[in-house]
Amino acid sequence: MSSRDRILGRIRRAVADGAPDPAIPRDYLPVHGTRTPAETADLLAAHLSEYRAKVHRTDEDGLAPLLMRLLAERGARTVLVPPGLPPNWLAGADATRVHDRAASTLYELDAVDSVVTGCALAIAETGTIVLDGGPGQGRRRITLIPDHHICVVRVPDQVVDSVPQALPLLDPTRPLTWISGPSATSDIELDRVEGVHGPRTLEVVLLTGPAE
Amino acid sequence: MTGTFMGMPAFPEAAREAVGDGALRANLRRATHTIRDKRARAVAELADWDRLRAAGKAVKDHTLRHLDRYLLRLEESVTAAGGTVHWAADADEANRIVTGLVLATGHREVVKVKSMATQEIGLNEALEAAGIAAYETDLAELIVQLGHDRPSHILVPAIHRNRAEIRDIFEAEMGSWGLPAPDGLGDDPRELAEAARLHLREKFLRAKVGVCGANFMVAETGTMVVFESEGNGRMCLTLPETLISVVGIEKVVPTFRDLEIFLQTLPRSSTAERMNPYTTMWTGLGPSRGADGDGPSAFHLVLLDNGRTDTLADAVGRQALRCIRCSACLNVCPVYERAGGHAYGSVYPGPIGAILSPQLRGTGSEIDASLPYASTLCGACYEVCPVAIDIPEVLVHLRERVAQGGPVTREGIRVRIRPAHGHTAERAAMRAARLLLDHPGALRAGERLLARARRLRPRRLPGPGRAWTDTRDLPEPPPQPFRDWWARERGGRA
Ligand code: SF4
Repeated sequence: MSSRDRILGRIRRAVADGAPDPAIPRDYLPVHGTRTPAETADLLAAHLSEYRAKVHRTDEDGLAPLLMRLLAERGARTVLVPPGLPPNWLAGADATRVHDRAASTLYELDAVDSVVTGCALAIAETGTIVLDGGPGQGRRRITLIPDHHICVVRVPDQVVDSVPQALPLLDPTRPLTWISGPSATSDIELDRVEGVHGPRTLEVVLLTGPAE
Repeated sequence: MTGTFMGMPAFPEAAREAVGDGALRANLRRATHTIRDKRARAVAELADWDRLRAAGKAVKDHTLRHLDRYLLRLEESVTAAGGTVHWAADADEANRIVTGLVLATGHREVVKVKSMATQEIGLNEALEAAGIAAYETDLAELIVQLGHDRPSHILVPAIHRNRAEIRDIFEAEMGSWGLPAPDGLGDDPRELAEAARLHLREKFLRAKVGVCGANFMVAETGTMVVFESEGNGRMCLTLPETLISVVGIEKVVPTFRDLEIFLQTLPRSSTAERMNPYTTMWTGLGPSRGADGDGPSAFHLVLLDNGRTDTLADAVGRQALRCIRCSACLNVCPVYERAGGHAYGSVYPGPIGAILSPQLRGTGSEIDASLPYASTLCGACYEVCPVAIDIPEVLVHLRERVAQGGPVTREGIRVRIRPAHGHTAERAAMRAARLLLDHPGALRAGERLLARARRLRPRRLPGPGRAWTDTRDLPEPPPQPFRDWWARERGGRA
């Protein structure tokens, strides 16, 4: 008998005693509180900051200058660019653009200073941004290897209040990366230290105004 | 379960040794209290916590009731998404499968994400025996691995080590595993984390095979979910060409939507955060089928039984399979706080370990027979558990089993175990009692909680007292702890 059959058989015998089969109560709250879109954005900003992400706000006109400034302040000489990133976002940046290609090796990516991406959505109650590899986000590895990640979130279009609101908007067949603040560890005497293996600096730009 | 720590003394001896270690106790106390207080605040933020907890419990119970169906559905979904599913009845089989898969890649190194399932089966040792080096990449696991040590907490495995010890371990050991520690390494956590970053990055960029567990597997979609903080998980899940997940069969949930419950309850119960820094979800090889160089081009899922179906066969004990390994119960346990994780002699320490290990492994060994006694039955673990596992109820049930014998399922076969020799059970109980009486703080904490409107009260006495309570219920817990009464009546010499 294969182990598969053996395990399935054991399961069937184990629950043959008429184990209870509860209905799943879904009376938990879809969202915790009522907020205006502006309040939701504020909550997102507050929670991200609490995790020591740096939060900036701007509008369409201010975006390119802001990104230019953030990269310059960081001293970034190279910046990774996902294929679908709107070209005007980095129009002002001095850093050399490195395009995300399947062929680039991990060592090449490791040498890049910063990465700029969009996101699939952001969740205010938990201070989370979610990436799904869609246009403007690129592959998972580009937001992982460089030490500095700037993520642009469109407000209010891409912001939801809660986790239960977020899941129906996501496609589970795509690889999903949920990010709440920069990489962190509390393994040494429970002192929180940012950045062990992921980007040590996460900057989130809340971009107001409609999608193009 | 091969994860029994060899030569491990039974809980009472191990615990007595640990409580004598002042440094360990101070580390543990500070750590558990810090997390405990933060957790209470994080939970209080959600007005519907009780409803989320009830829903999480129900999802798990429902899944367990139909575990065969959901595992088959999961197999179908993962396969359809380009993954390969393997079934392992026990630790040896799981180790054989993983070792074979790694050898087939032609590589002899794997990077690992912290996973209790792989610890439970002793995978690192099995890989090593096959000439494969397994590198733990979680900072705490790295500390444990470099220190030739064992994890002592589910979530913060190196909680028993302080910064000076960690610095010494890094200095002495990093060089023999790869990039040595930088010269003049200090003991500031930031510096230590930086040293770990450099040491491990070299391994991440080189690694061709990753091994991980999973917090959840979604039957409907085949989606695997890993929660973490450091990014080492993302590294191991994204960069290698081959990814192998070893996951206990109880980790499946029916639908993608079910994650909305656990994404809210797990981080808050675990690290007391609204959300952990990183969660990765992947489904087979993804839409690109691994062709875009993002994520592995081969994905293997090893579904692990190893005593879980036997646990499922026990109507009282099966609730332990609801556990989502958040470790909240460890942080509130007065016994764990003093004894530390090593005393439990298994990869699952604390209250959950006291009910899970003896079920997965059977109560044949002395350590397993003593684990159900490693508790004051104060009930704090039940109160914090995000899936409402009634740990005290299972403890009492297992004590009966140890003391009285009775029917159990072992490797799928119904057997009747004989009562432990009268004196064995008694000895286990008495030693556990002595541990507590020798350390009045633990007992007092237990008694206080018991006196304070205890929801759960064992209806029967455990162990040797059982015969007496077979036909009677225990009296109500006293309105005040005995010790307090004694102190008042006898002039405060508690
Ligand atoms: S038993 Fe409950 S509290 Fe303990 S680790 Fe498991 S889920 Fe968490």
